Amino acid sequence: MDLLERFASGDLEAFEVLFRQHQKDVYAWIVRIVRDSGIAEDLTVETFLRIYRARARFHPDGSFPAWARRIATNAALDHLRGKRREVELPKEIAEAARPDPAIQDESRRKIYRAFQQLPAKYRLVATLALIEDEPYDKIADAAGLSANLVKIRVFRAVRMLRKSLSAMGITTGANR
Amino acid sequence: MNQQNDDEVGDLLKQNIARAENTELSRDLWPQLLEKLGQPPVRVARDVPWFDWVLAGLAGAALVFFPGLIPALLYHL
Repeated sequence: MDLLERFASGDLEAFEVLFRQHQKDVYAWIVRIVRDSGIAEDLTVETFLRIYRARARFHPDGSFPAWARRIATNAALDHLRGKRREVELPKEIAEAARPDPAIQDESRRKIYRAFQQLPAKYRLVATLALIEDEPYDKIADAAGLSANLVKIRVFRAVRMLRKSLSAMGITTGANR
Repeated sequence: MNQQNDDEVGDLLKQNIARAENTELSRDLWPQLLEKLGQPPVRVARDVPWFDWVLAGLAGAALVFFPGLIPALLYHL
């Protein structure tokens, strides 16, 4: 019996091997979405907990990394849905942002606030597509959506952002 | 034109919200997971406030009595 079959049948040692093989990739995926290392660690644990509890539904012929990424995306989305929307700019984002003398801190804070106010499902795809430059088909696979629906959500997220930014006095091409 | 405007919003985001740079996991999470595996699963239904169930019921009833809302709801999903 191979590793995935042993995992699907509830073998804890097989699960530990899979965990050690994939925990870094799952964490790296989640931290791109939630952008906080502590939360990403907790969600990585939560993801593998869900994976273990759902092991009977896993088909050993399927791709474990793809299945794990989908469960990780759902866990991250649940977190985004439940999280109180932040209005303060986190220090690390302010420091990590590329220097652009034309954009003042106040503008950056407004842009970040507008982004944080997007509904979770739109923030998820916008983060991955617009900030992390992940391809649509990879996002679609991870979120359990079609690539077209991902494109539509990104489009709507951009539209909502443009509207929010316009209300805050920040103009983009369509608002000039 | 729309594509250009979308790109401008995307560029604005990239200039102001950096990509996650530190994506390396700094410690082994197996002990934490093992601890959680020993705990009984949380019953989700117990954590849902009663008024959420009321809202869900009202939303369901609205769809039954006003089926014309379904396309609008699907559009926003």
